[in-house]
Amino acid sequence: MSEARQSLNRREFFSYLSVAWIAFGAACAGLASLAFRYSYPNVNFEPQMEFLAGTPDIYEEGVDERYKKGFGVWMVKLEGKLFALSNICTHLGCIPNWQPAELKFKCPCHGSGYYMSGVNFEGPAPRPLERYKIGLNAEGKIIVDKTKVFRQEKGQWDNPNSFITV
Amino acid sequence: MKELINWVADPIRSFPIVCILFYFMMKYYRVVGTKKFLGWSLLFTIPVSIWFAADPNFFTIITLPDNIPIIILIVLVGFLQWFTFYKAALNDNRLDQGLGPIEGLPENREKVWCWPNLVYTELFMIIAGTCFLVVWAILFKAPLEEPANPTWAPNPAKAPWYFLGLQEMLVYFDPWMAGVILPGVVVVGLIAIPYIDTNPKGNGYYTIAERPIAMWGFLFGWLVLWLYLIMVGTFLRGPNWTFYGPFEYWDFHKVVAEYNVNLSEFLWIKWLNTPMPENMFVREFLGIILSLAYMLVLPPLMGMCSYGKKMIEGVGQMRFYIFVVLFLLMMSLPIKMVLRWLFALKYIVALPELELNL
Repeated sequence: MSEARQSLNRREFFSYLSVAWIAFGAACAGLASLAFRYSYPNVNFEPQMEFLAGTPDIYEEGVDERYKKGFGVWMVKLEGKLFALSNICTHLGCIPNWQPAELKFKCPCHGSGYYMSGVNFEGPAPRPLERYKIGLNAEGKIIVDKTKVFRQEKGQWDNPNSFITV
Repeated sequence: MKELINWVADPIRSFPIVCILFYFMMKYYRVVGTKKFLGWSLLFTIPVSIWFAADPNFFTIITLPDNIPIIILIVLVGFLQWFTFYKAALNDNRLDQGLGPIEGLPENREKVWCWPNLVYTELFMIIAGTCFLVVWAILFKAPLEEPANPTWAPNPAKAPWYFLGLQEMLVYFDPWMAGVILPGVVVVGLIAIPYIDTNPKGNGYYTIAERPIAMWGFLFGWLVLWLYLIMVGTFLRGPNWTFYGPFEYWDFHKVVAEYNVNLSEFLWIKWLNTPMPENMFVREFLGIILSLAYMLVLPPLMGMCSYGKKMIEGVGQMRFYIFVVLFLLMMSLPIKMVLRWLFALKYIVALPELELNL
């Protein structure tokens, strides 16, 4: 190797190398900080998992949609029972619509249909809609707790926490 | 006439019709693959398409920005499929006369360099493709909707157009089957084709007669089970994923009785007239036996018949069984669809307790 072609000596090479590594490390750190920031969105939609749903006497017989948009829950009064029905289709997690004329919940994604009670009867849904824990507090208000679900195929709909007798 | 087309377009009727058309197309590909056939079919298709598009309901569906790629796809696939038949028919007629394929003639054996011939072509295609996409993006606005809301879904909620076949498949299956296992098997099966297929024929030239199983099997999966289902999912599925004929208005309140039941309910309640057993495995025993027989007993039986023996001799046992298992998994989709239509059968094995439904 001739001296003329060697434009960098060992010391210079290492100083360039450290600059390159620092720049590379800084770029990675910047990217990592962006990724970290990304995990804290500015707007966060997180419905409360527990909410007060009025008193039992405000509900008519049938499906009540007033808590669907905010909490994803249908309040259903049926055959002397009031229960909180999840609005997540058990097939692939879409949001079914309540169809008052046909008295059924119908999923727009694959056509699963459910009776007012939440039991599946058409389309590919393999099991009924889930029900959430429901109860009364000391003031007689309804508390719906979405952290606890009751599944019909496991025989949990007889659980006294899954409905209120009205 | 429009009523009749609406009636025929229902998958219950159009799926068998498409299968029969596929059968005749593959059997008489030498007739299909002629310029005369292309001319006549264009002469028939173009006025019919114009008549279809003149209907306001059909026109609304085909001009949705999401659906335009599928129109392009139908035209392109139709032409390319005809082109394949055309080339294959020419070659197969020559092969019948004891001649070699056209691609093997001395004047077609000239070789060129990858650089610059191929690279220039690719560069040009990249530029042309980008221009096309830019023009498209300007002409058709992206169908943006309101911000996502976890407690509300659009109706109908449709997947991207290339996944609509998969979404249509999900109507007949548990999400684990149609969403994870079958698409995975499709990918694995496509990767496995070069290892399963040891037939050296058709290498570098068009032919159908020399590789019938490969052509029939692949084209059935591609044209009937994938493209046909995409078309059904795009044009014939409206609000609530209900079937709507091509000339039908998408009425949100169309009521269709789609009540369906599991095989276990057929067995215990309808046939034996007894309540369902408590134990879930006793309850589903018939479906479990049938499914196991389908996947485990049918392949050896197929290996024992004369055609299977011939195939095992040709490709070996391992390849034969992998092929048969992949083929049976593919055929489980049409089988399940037909069972749903004929008997309103929901699941053959229904174990919602274990999130397992077949």
